[in-house]
Amino acid sequence: MFHGLLPHVASGVFQWERPCGKLAGARLGAGSVVLASAPVSYELSHLEALEAESIFIIREVAAELDRPVLLFSGGKDSAVMLHLAVKAFWPAPLPFPLMHVDTGHNFPEVLQYRDERVAELGARLIVASVQEAIDAGRVTEEKGPRASRNRLQTQPLLEAIEKNGFNAVFGGARRDEEKARAKERVYSFRDEFGQWDPKNQRPELWGLYNGRHRRGEHLRVFPLSNWTELDIWQYIGRENVALPSIYYTHRREVFRRDGMLMAWSPFLPTLPGEKVTTEVVRFRTVGDMTCTACVESTASTVEQVIAEVSASRVTERGASRADDKFSETAMEDRKREGYF
Amino acid sequence: MELLRFATAGSVDDGKSTLIGRLLFDTKSILEDQLAAVERTSHARGDEYVNLALLLDGLKAEREQGITIDVAYRYFSTVKRKFIIADTPGHLQYTRNMVTGASTADLALILVDARKGVLEQTRRHAFIASLLRVPHLVLCVNKMDLVDYDAGVFERIREEFRQFSMKLDVSDLSFIPISALGGDNVVTRSEKMPWYQGPTLLHHLENVHIASDRDLIHLRFPVQGVIRPASAKKFHDYRAYSGQILGGVMRPGDEVMVMPSGFTTRIKSLELAGKPVAEAFPPMSVNVSLEEELDISRGDMLCRPGNPPTASQDIDAMVCWLSDQAVLNTGARLAIKHTTRMARAMVKQLHYRLDVNTLHRDDQTQGLKLNEVGRVTLRTTVPLFFDEYRRNRSTGSFILIDEGTNATVGAGMINGPAVER
Repeated sequence: MFHGLLPHVASGVFQWERPCGKLAGARLGAGSVVLASAPVSYELSHLEALEAESIFIIREVAAELDRPVLLFSGGKDSAVMLHLAVKAFWPAPLPFPLMHVDTGHNFPEVLQYRDERVAELGARLIVASVQEAIDAGRVTEEKGPRASRNRLQTQPLLEAIEKNGFNAVFGGARRDEEKARAKERVYSFRDEFGQWDPKNQRPELWGLYNGRHRRGEHLRVFPLSNWTELDIWQYIGRENVALPSIYYTHRREVFRRDGMLMAWSPFLPTLPGEKVTTEVVRFRTVGDMTCTACVESTASTVEQVIAEVSASRVTERGASRADDKFSETAMEDRKREGYF
Repeated sequence: MELLRFATAGSVDDGKSTLIGRLLFDTKSILEDQLAAVERTSHARGDEYVNLALLLDGLKAEREQGITIDVAYRYFSTVKRKFIIADTPGHLQYTRNMVTGASTADLALILVDARKGVLEQTRRHAFIASLLRVPHLVLCVNKMDLVDYDAGVFERIREEFRQFSMKLDVSDLSFIPISALGGDNVVTRSEKMPWYQGPTLLHHLENVHIASDRDLIHLRFPVQGVIRPASAKKFHDYRAYSGQILGGVMRPGDEVMVMPSGFTTRIKSLELAGKPVAEAFPPMSVNVSLEEELDISRGDMLCRPGNPPTASQDIDAMVCWLSDQAVLNTGARLAIKHTTRMARAMVKQLHYRLDVNTLHRDDQTQGLKLNEVGRVTLRTTVPLFFDEYRRNRSTGSFILIDEGTNATVGAGMINGPAVER
């Protein structure tokens, strides 16, 4: 017990007895409390532990920061994050609005899901539109058949944060998704330009989060940091979280590009030699239509998706994200600029 | 399936990245596209072998310089447990990073090169693990293949470390001889070390008993917020206190005392999102409704009458300094966050700096610099409700924040209330 290292501090407040493996009535000196020796294990499953941590984080932000907003794309991670946020404050209504950064290239099923969920909760939704930013000349659209609006999301996102005075922005990113995200804090500080400085992050100890910032700066908060893709699906199953239909098997017109199965749409013209066929697919991730690929799948239930994810030998971003394939550090580069 | 968080300490030279790569690879947690990306980068860099360290070093600067800059978190699971690895770099800002990783760890894994034995760095890592009171410590003697799997080498290292660890506060210590490169005793038992009868590393990680590491006796419930949906008609009279339970067990009907007011009442109900909770225990997040309406707000704490935490404005603590800009000295004024309480603190006295390598106390110190550990007396603007860190890592810890830069500059572990000296 730190013999010879730290002097013993006699607090005299209570006598400590370490519970030895199981609880058998512990004596506590004055005001002794005897606990029933019920055969309860007092163990939480990994999903319960993750849920408890995420709810703690969401509540902590709402208590310490006066203007939070939750990014809700309609994807499975933001659906789980929203579910946790609702649980954190129930029966009180959600104490912050939702925000969707809309590239204009959405899957209609996802927009429909987004609007249904918002209506059901009576939540306030703010839409930050990439199209509006393009029309106003604030961002320039990429040219060519491989153009994507993915990277253009950063500007409208930062503008909406500034315009609404948000100082905490909940994001559904997970550390297991991508190697730059593996280095991300739960409370990730952003300067007045919205930039992330991975070499100069605040140390994060115990459950003691530091939300302090100056005016114009903000925090990105990632309550799902410690969840994996499989945890997300297991939780969706456990809690019956509704998702957009495209996460489950359906028939779709697709074509192959760079080894990935892209959904055909007016936003993504095919190149010479690319052939559109109808396949039985589902989406592992959901983002902008121009950079989100699907996988061949017949999984129509959560259980089948879990079996598929467990057996998969490719990561979800590897299977379905064209935006990460520009370079080894594509995600880090985007994140530094202020991306999700 | 239980969750186990562990921190790894050691430098690239000890084979730490290879070991983590091996754990992920042998538990099939590295997927094909990740491996392909590592192979491409290894090839482009001219590495002779697939450098599994590249899996872990995700930032551009890390890849360019071949170093690890920051704590990285990795995830894998087996049928028994889900694991979260806090991978802390051994060389750069070692203490700051290891303190961060160790603060939430159930277990610390320290690597030793069998050819080099116990080094200064090994002692430092072990000291930090004990300072942060990581309940379980595993010393992996790696590169056994380079010492011909010699039992004598392992025994000598074990004995030397055991001698050293007697000066520390380590409650559970294990030793495992491994070869991360060959996978010996990592996931599968080695045929080359028949003299070793203990578990493999993965078996140990899967089975080490962590459930009793929590304090299930002393109720500690810091209030995070008040939930009062006054506008909703249906829940007009609903009033509950939200929070995460950090110690003890709560049941409806239990008598509780509120700090700082000292009022006592009973728990009316426990629930989360409308679902009743029969018993709440760490680390559950719940809503607590009380029989009587009392004046309770964020930063207050529920405990059991007759068994409260210490309430004091004068605190004796060990502090690890995390700032590369400021220096901690007597007279410094900082913000302090402890459980859900935010206050201001003044350093009444910096007693000594503790050399993390030799454990020598320097009472002539001119202030704590980055990565240094020392003992301080703090005076806070309001009382904090705490336990000794060795009794409860959640109610015994705090962070210090620079009010000018808003940076987190200190990590504190409470020894107890400060007594006049």
